[in-house]
Amino acid sequence: MKFTLEIWRQFDGSDENDKGRFETFQVEDIDPDASLLEVLDQLNERLSREKQRNIAFDSDCREGICGACSLVIDGTPHGPQQVTSCQTYMRDFIDGQTITIEPYRANTFPVIRDLAVDRGALDRVIQAGGYISTTTGPQPDPNAMPVSPEVQEQAMDAAICIGCGACVAACPNGAAMLFTGAKVTHLNVLPQGQPERQDRVIGMVEQMDAEGFGGCTNYGECSRVCPQEISIDVIGMLNREYRKAKLTKKSKPDKAMTTQ
Amino acid sequence: MTVLDSKIPAGPLQDKWQNWLDAHTLVGPRNRAGKNVIVIGTGLAGASCAASLGAQGFKVKSFCFQDSPRRAHSIAAQGGINAAKDYANEGDSAHRLFKDTIKGGDFRSREANVMRLAQLSENIIDQAVAQGVPFNREYSGALATRSFGGVLVQRTFYTRGQTGQQLLLGAYSALEHQVAAGNIEVFNRHEMQDVVIVDGEARGVIVRNLITGEIERHAADAVVLASGGYTNVYYLSTNAMGSNVTATWRAHKRGAFFANPCYTQIHPTCIPQSGEYQSKLTLMSESLRNDGRIWVPRKSGDDRPPAEVPEAERYYFLEERYPAFGNLAPRDIASRAAKVVCDDGLGVGGTGRGVFLDFRDAIGAQGKDAIERKYGNLFEMYSRITGDNPYETPMMIYPAPHYAMGGLWVDYELQTTIPGLFAIGEANFSDHGANRLGASALMQCLADGYFVAPHTVTNHLAKNHDEVSTSDSAFDEVESDVRGHIQKLMDVGGGTSAQAFHREMGHVMLDKCGMSRTAEGLDEALTDMRKIKAEFWSDLRVDPGDEEFNQSLEYANRVSDFLELGELMIHDARRREESCGGHFREEHQTDDGEALRDDDHFAKVTAWEFGGDDPVPHDEALVFDDVKLATRSYK
Repeated sequence: MKFTLEIWRQFDGSDENDKGRFETFQVEDIDPDASLLEVLDQLNERLSREKQRNIAFDSDCREGICGACSLVIDGTPHGPQQVTSCQTYMRDFIDGQTITIEPYRANTFPVIRDLAVDRGALDRVIQAGGYISTTTGPQPDPNAMPVSPEVQEQAMDAAICIGCGACVAACPNGAAMLFTGAKVTHLNVLPQGQPERQDRVIGMVEQMDAEGFGGCTNYGECSRVCPQEISIDVIGMLNREYRKAKLTKKSKPDKAMTTQ
Repeated sequence: MTVLDSKIPAGPLQDKWQNWLDAHTLVGPRNRAGKNVIVIGTGLAGASCAASLGAQGFKVKSFCFQDSPRRAHSIAAQGGINAAKDYANEGDSAHRLFKDTIKGGDFRSREANVMRLAQLSENIIDQAVAQGVPFNREYSGALATRSFGGVLVQRTFYTRGQTGQQLLLGAYSALEHQVAAGNIEVFNRHEMQDVVIVDGEARGVIVRNLITGEIERHAADAVVLASGGYTNVYYLSTNAMGSNVTATWRAHKRGAFFANPCYTQIHPTCIPQSGEYQSKLTLMSESLRNDGRIWVPRKSGDDRPPAEVPEAERYYFLEERYPAFGNLAPRDIASRAAKVVCDDGLGVGGTGRGVFLDFRDAIGAQGKDAIERKYGNLFEMYSRITGDNPYETPMMIYPAPHYAMGGLWVDYELQTTIPGLFAIGEANFSDHGANRLGASALMQCLADGYFVAPHTVTNHLAKNHDEVSTSDSAFDEVESDVRGHIQKLMDVGGGTSAQAFHREMGHVMLDKCGMSRTAEGLDEALTDMRKIKAEFWSDLRVDPGDEEFNQSLEYANRVSDFLELGELMIHDARRREESCGGHFREEHQTDDGEALRDDDHFAKVTAWEFGGDDPVPHDEALVFDDVKLATRSYK
């Protein structure tokens, strides 16, 4: 197969205010079973031979689970197949077509170079409550706290989020509510998550706002591009949890009293 | 000659760890904030270790080369994690898990370490559940378990087919919790370049900020390497693109011994390679072997669709050769058996390097729904990658490099031969012997990170350490070496990418130091590797600009270390004149083609001291008091 690739280049020189532009590359003799990232690898090998600068992009596991890859392919985060960028294969395209490849477009994800962006804001949302505050040490036997398979499934359906940020890139508002809603749902439906249920949702929502992520206005683009097919129901859960917490949360006991 | 002191505590095997805990030195809560620890890597071992040390109140700096700690490659582990909880009431126990692991490792691991691992296995499950890891549950609400290769009990806990992901996210959340608490500082997109030794002890690291290219100095009272394994030495493997040996290799060059580098695991159930362009191989969880039957047509060149091959003409080679364990034979045995049938011309698929993994009978017996509940996401993944539907036609699989049992030599305290430098998880050599059993990697990484290293590192921190500053002359020297190496890569000025060299060396390593090895092949491999190394240093092309985001430089830097590691693996495989676990020397096999150990001469660990072209081997004898050395049989 052969393709024309329109690839976004930015900050690939010394200009700190580089506004970026598309560059066009022709690629030929492409195996239909090659992945799009493998085509970028081949292109980079060619660029090395031609002593041209390689195209920067993130990827790591290349099996759809680490969440590192982060391309906008033909205008859609991860492309039209609703899988990660690394699981996009050339057989999914039409021979001879032009493929446009851009980085994620979101104010909260600044471009580092070409197709690589900084998604540190998502880690900071997790730091604001995306955990159960247990520490390492003896814990109760898990079977002392039974969890029905239905609840486990509900938690797991949300916990499978890979943190790739495609939901943010797809959202016209640049919201991270699918990401945050998934973590809140995972932890707040489990019995272990109950003690911090209210602090968790308030902390994470406030951090989301502080990072500059937008709000949800029900476009539904996030769930449509999510490679893990996380349901938009998690945003409903996030909103309900947040409202309930804001209305009913009692002030915390003085920390000194709980730790002494 | 150095005498390797494994520091195994006295006392009966099952009491050793408790005895050690009872005797080790503590650091009082008020003194902990004054002690600094550097942890390299944020996979299961690194994240759990950093989180545990942080929770105790030590100040931790955690480094990863990925853009977030959550991306470490532990995330890709699929099948499960072992624990001797005996929920299935099969008479399982820590002692059985210990024995299975020693036997699975072909009697090439340390009894005391493995016993500790087995004993800690139960705590890991409890810890993970407390963090909110949503393990699969039975209808009663109790935890579900299943069976894995090489054992006769159901002791494997799982979260669908994404157990590594959920356990890693548990450890990552504990890490981020400690970041929020102010005990851990995370440095993502930072790669360790070297370790700094002051007065004989590891006191810091030199790292490269991958975004700005800055070379940074960080000082500490202890350094923990949790940087993973090295099977990307084969180029194509199930590892992530970025998985590399640099942290452990550079430590090796500073004096840490490297143990058993030739022990690499080739995993039996991976999706076969389809072309030269391919950048990685994808594993299909071993758990599939619970219900899938592995076969090839009995006739060479039989190209009928698999469904049309009648039962009598199917060669279920694992079931026939190993009736007791059948399709659940350990990984090294299952892999080699697949290689043998393919070498005999019975392989399937375009390249002839594939065997069928067939779910027809399981779907017939249990129904499609039951199979989908157990393996839904794996089937989906397979069909995404290959375009085939495994509910209707058998999967095709072939072995692929997966895991490194070898790694930095560590004593019982997981300390390397450099005091103050610890190695945990896949980065060390300690627990899996010559072959790792399925669902044991997650167990070992988390045992090391949650329950062993936090105490053994504390024991080291309890010693009085002088303040060390990053302006110490030792930092000057190491930083200058690091800068020199980077400059050397930048200066080659050739026209070939690091990836091309990596691919070329990977072919050599897989062909001659992979699933089976010969003295002659290894000698050739050494010559080939030296030739590739010379070409690398004369024709490498790296993008200009070392003080900026430069992925071609990152890659070249890693490949420069793989080239050196490859040579050490060859030396190690050449010296070990026996077959054991993942190390199969064709000269040493039984009449029916099974691995033939030589316990009289090789019941030992080989720990290599760095010596450039002439590395120096040191031996640690393995003593077996509890289990009896026996020929490993799964028949």
